[in-house]
Amino acid sequence: MTAISLKNLDISYGPTKVVQGVNFDVAEGESFALVGESGSGKSTVLKAIAGLAPEWTGEISVLGEARSHTVDRGFATRCQMVFQDPYGSLHPRKSVDTVLSEPLMIHGLGNRNQRVIDMLAAVGLDQRFRFRFPHQLSGGQRQRVAIARALMLEPKVMLLDEPTSALDVSVQAEILNLLKRLRREQGLTYLMVTHNLPVVSFMCDRMAVMNKGRIVEIAPASALYDGNFSDPYSQSLYAASGGNPDRKDIA
Amino acid sequence: MSAPLLEVENLRVSFPTPAGRVDVVKGLSFTLGRERLGIVGESGSGKSMTGRAILRLIRSPGRQSADRLVFDGIDLQAQSERGMRKLRGARISMIMQDPKFSLNPVMTVGDQIAEALKTHESLARKDVGARVLEMLHSVRINDPERVIGLYPHEVSGGMGQRIMIAMMLIPQPDLLIADEPTSALDVSVQAQVLDLIDELVREKGMGLILISHDLNLVARYCDRILVMHAGQVVESCAAADLYQATHPYTRGLLAAVPKMEETRDELPVLDRSEWSGT
Ligand SMILES: Nc1ncnc2c1ncn2[C@@H]1O[C@H](COP(=O)(O)OP(=O)(O)OP(=O)(O)O)[C@@H](O)[C@H]1O
Ligand SMILES: Nc1ncnc2c1ncn2[C@@H]1O[C@H](COP(=O)(O)OP(=O)(O)OP(=O)(O)O)[C@@H](O)[C@H]1O
Ligand SMILES: [Mg+2]
Ligand SMILES: [Mg+2]
Repeated sequence: MTAISLKNLDISYGPTKVVQGVNFDVAEGESFALVGESGSGKSTVLKAIAGLAPEWTGEISVLGEARSHTVDRGFATRCQMVFQDPYGSLHPRKSVDTVLSEPLMIHGLGNRNQRVIDMLAAVGLDQRFRFRFPHQLSGGQRQRVAIARALMLEPKVMLLDEPTSALDVSVQAEILNLLKRLRREQGLTYLMVTHNLPVVSFMCDRMAVMNKGRIVEIAPASALYDGNFSDPYSQSLYAASGGNPDRKDIA
Repeated sequence: MSAPLLEVENLRVSFPTPAGRVDVVKGLSFTLGRERLGIVGESGSGKSMTGRAILRLIRSPGRQSADRLVFDGIDLQAQSERGMRKLRGARISMIMQDPKFSLNPVMTVGDQIAEALKTHESLARKDVGARVLEMLHSVRINDPERVIGLYPHEVSGGMGQRIMIAMMLIPQPDLLIADEPTSALDVSVQAQVLDLIDELVREKGMGLILISHDLNLVARYCDRILVMHAGQVVESCAAADLYQATHPYTRGLLAAVPKMEETRDELPVLDRSEWSGT
């Protein structure tokens, strides 16, 4: 089954159309990356899928169900989003414990105490952070709380917006390993925005490259090995990221 | 040699915790000339708190102290809050790790940058506008005419970072503290923005403290590097020698970086058993 399907998707903010003609399918269990220029509309695509950018036309479906333009509560148990900016997405007056147990409470799930303890451990946060508030955490610690919150409901589909770009490499490694393991064990699907091509190489099967509101190319992750990109923008992104543009000729 | 731009001796930052007051920065010392100093280290190791403490921005109940904290001959610890406010922005700027959080949510991007400029220089209204556009252009914002009219929640993550950078550079500070300034930018835009900062270091003699978790970036854009771990410096080296670093912690960080042609199924992680953030 397809986990996420986007057809002729256009997204606007008021009078400005910022995303145009997006088409792609992400298979169930696949890990798919969205890369490309800053401001090209990557976060906007994720927000539209999550129901946070309501001015869209075209078709969006998640796990076989068409998304409407209204809020759908049950959606949260199937699909969760981790936001690019962990400062804005955590409520300043809610403790880590509240943030993590609230979704369980809302959806009537039990064994909350143990689940919170386990999740903190899974994202590499010591238990002493459990009763802290966001302003008492460092940037990377906050981002781990945001990731933990999204995982609490054990969703099948995760929309990850730069989940590790605020993290140092050692914590990034832990989170990426965790995401990879969860995907393997629970068959999760990821749609992940990142500007870091090596992260795509480690985590993803395919990637869509965006530039100025449009998708210019969809390529397999193997393109990062052989440099086999066809669009000039993707080629320049690859070269700037330290990819070897001559590899194509060698291969 | 001229006097250093910044001298920091035995800097401490502490916070109360249920287990008593704990130091998150534990006696940090360094001096900075008109050069580029990189600070790397694990999440929670005290990098941001070090930056904030230099500007005396540790909020209560946090506390800071130092044996010496001197910027360009000015004893920062002897300054009144008013004196500090004069220095902040104008002579010492800090690009905060959380750009959108640090921008004023109810003021347009253009007005905020203009205000930063006006605290530094008195210019005619028309010239202010032109300088703001020029600055946005130089941090590689496409379509700056549209962007000046946007509010912080209407810009993308990477645009927010560059707006913050523009705002901090426009008054031409003597010392720039940049806390993860380009973490949301792709490499090519990142390189252009860092080149711009670099230009100011070389041409205007600005001092730079670049806090980042990106080891390659720090190796490329800094002269010297401090590696922090649990509030302390565990290694200090010339940027060129980073890849020969010997401390097991630094080596661990280097190994954890994913590669473009990644074949590992799992990335190596640091042994966190001794980890003691607070
Ligand atoms: N609420 C909003 N109102 C108006 N314009 C917006 C709004 N949110 C985003 N935009 C605009 O939409 C465009 C795309 O933004 P988006 O956040 O999707 O970019 P992005 O690809 O995620 O970039 P980055 O890599 O920098 O995060 C930008 O030009 C931005 O200014
Ligand atoms: N108000 C507070 N109360 C208690 N502890 C705090 C408070 N603010 C910060 N800390 C702790 O201080 C330590 C250092 O934080 P700092 O923000 O300097 O880390 P950092 O090195 O910048 O990390 P990152 O790379 O994740 O941004 C962290 O362990 C954090 O949890
Ligand atoms: Mg974004
Ligand atoms: Mg920090």
